[in-house]
Amino acid sequence: MSATTAAATSSFAGRDPAVAAALNRRRRIVDGLVRWLCIIATAIGLFFLASILLTLIVRGVSSISLITFTTEFRPTTYGEPDAETGGLYHAIMGTLMQTAIGTGIGTPIGLLVGTYLAEYARNSALGNAVRFVSDVLLSAPSILVGLFVYQLVVLPMGGFSGIAGGAALAILVIPVVVRTTEDMLQLIPNTLREAVVGLGAPKWKMVTLVCWRAALSGIVTGILLATARITGETAPLLLTSFGNNVTSFDLGSAMASLPIAIYQQANSGFPDLIDIAWAGALIVTFGVLAINIVARLLLAGRK
Amino acid sequence: MSSTDTTQSASFGGMEARSTAALNTLARISVRNLDFVYAPGGKKALTGINFDLPDRQVTGMIGPSGCGKSTLLRVLNRMYSLYPGQTATGEVMMDGRNLLDAGTDINSLRARIGMVFQKPTPFPMTIYENIAFGVRLHEKMGKSALDERVEWALSRAAIWGEVKDRLQTNAMGLSGGQQQRLCIARTIAVRPEVILFDEPTSALDPISTLKIEELIDELKRDFTIAIVTHNMQQAARCADQVAFFYLGELIEIAPAAQLFTNPAQAKTQEYITGRFG
Repeated sequence: MSATTAAATSSFAGRDPAVAAALNRRRRIVDGLVRWLCIIATAIGLFFLASILLTLIVRGVSSISLITFTTEFRPTTYGEPDAETGGLYHAIMGTLMQTAIGTGIGTPIGLLVGTYLAEYARNSALGNAVRFVSDVLLSAPSILVGLFVYQLVVLPMGGFSGIAGGAALAILVIPVVVRTTEDMLQLIPNTLREAVVGLGAPKWKMVTLVCWRAALSGIVTGILLATARITGETAPLLLTSFGNNVTSFDLGSAMASLPIAIYQQANSGFPDLIDIAWAGALIVTFGVLAINIVARLLLAGRK
Repeated sequence: MSSTDTTQSASFGGMEARSTAALNTLARISVRNLDFVYAPGGKKALTGINFDLPDRQVTGMIGPSGCGKSTLLRVLNRMYSLYPGQTATGEVMMDGRNLLDAGTDINSLRARIGMVFQKPTPFPMTIYENIAFGVRLHEKMGKSALDERVEWALSRAAIWGEVKDRLQTNAMGLSGGQQQRLCIARTIAVRPEVILFDEPTSALDPISTLKIEELIDELKRDFTIAIVTHNMQQAARCADQVAFFYLGELIEIAPAAQLFTNPAQAKTQEYITGRFG
């Protein structure tokens, strides 16, 4: 017994208990320091987020009403209690239409490009180039996309239009859908692909009938996140659909949208219009939040 | 092609094969002088392979990891053609045609030579659709004929009783052993002539393994079978003839009883007695 104890201690012979204790104390101090730095950083981040949200909710809820959803823009009431206040019907409709166009055009293109990258061009030079360009586009400032569509659509058409706004949003959708489609397809194990072609299926059937289905919820999540992103885009719309104070369903002319209505009315200087801008901000925020929650639920549902 | 043909042509690197003669049956697939590389100019993963898959017999393939047994299986149904750079040279003869020829219709070849993989790979769809998927690729048939085929395949794979009341549920909800039998059903639904099993039980529990082994024994009445396995007991239980591979070469092929009790090659002896591998 004593022999084993001696042997056991001897293997720790190099350790001085005092040094070990000092090291241990130092580790505990550093550990506590790092932990508190992390907590403080999180608190700072959360503080600003909560402050923004709280202001938005307080100001937004006091300004929002049924009229916001049913009435289009009206000039300021100058505080006249009997005057009719305006709403955001024109902007809500414009945002719905342009977002639908953007998602509708951007999704199929993004889906096919993502499929090309994941299934046909994993290690090819062209695939790598396309992937790189798509990633650049993903982080490009959206005003550049607005300028691009201004040159490409607005100038030739001779004016701002809803279709130009939709096109700009589509360009923003494409890289998001490309990335999620490629990522989700790459998560599919190769053995599943081999099992499909092992039955004698041509590759296009493997991709469309099995791979897309296996990646479906992830791809839909990506599309929803892209939709959420373009719903709040302002800069590219300034140069393409411009904004409009009346409700327009004409894709060939200038069209209102929530972010631009917020921008214009918040800048107006009239308290009643600024209130409507707050209501618009609340609508956009909770719309995007709702889309994000649906996307999260879908992603949690896969497994 | 007669049994004498098979016997005469079956010589393995100078070693006479009593094996195929003893089995006394037609070769469904004959492999001659097969070489395989994973990349152009790379090291050969298979060198000078010669052997036959006898009709409606089970051929077991054993050997240590990296010996080329799975690679060989993936040559037989041209699975390697999915990956650019992988090249097989030599002959894989089936019905007088070399499957390695550029003109081979790979999709119809794979309908004739099915494959079951190491990990169960159910498709993300219903149990019924999993089976119908492969059938629809190659045949046009009405709803009732398709129903019959699905039931037939699931019955042959010994899983009909467990799934007949839940055909329209998602196949991902089945247990691992059930999923693997579903994959076997999916493969035989296409009515192939040859089925390749690539370590079909290595991801399964002992009871599921036993079921699959019984199934293989049953299936050989109608199908020619090749099974790669890490498990020598499994090879001894399932296979009529066993091929031992080492470093990309076929060292020995013989009837199972003979290979495990009285191997001709010293290397085989060492492997089956557990001295390496």
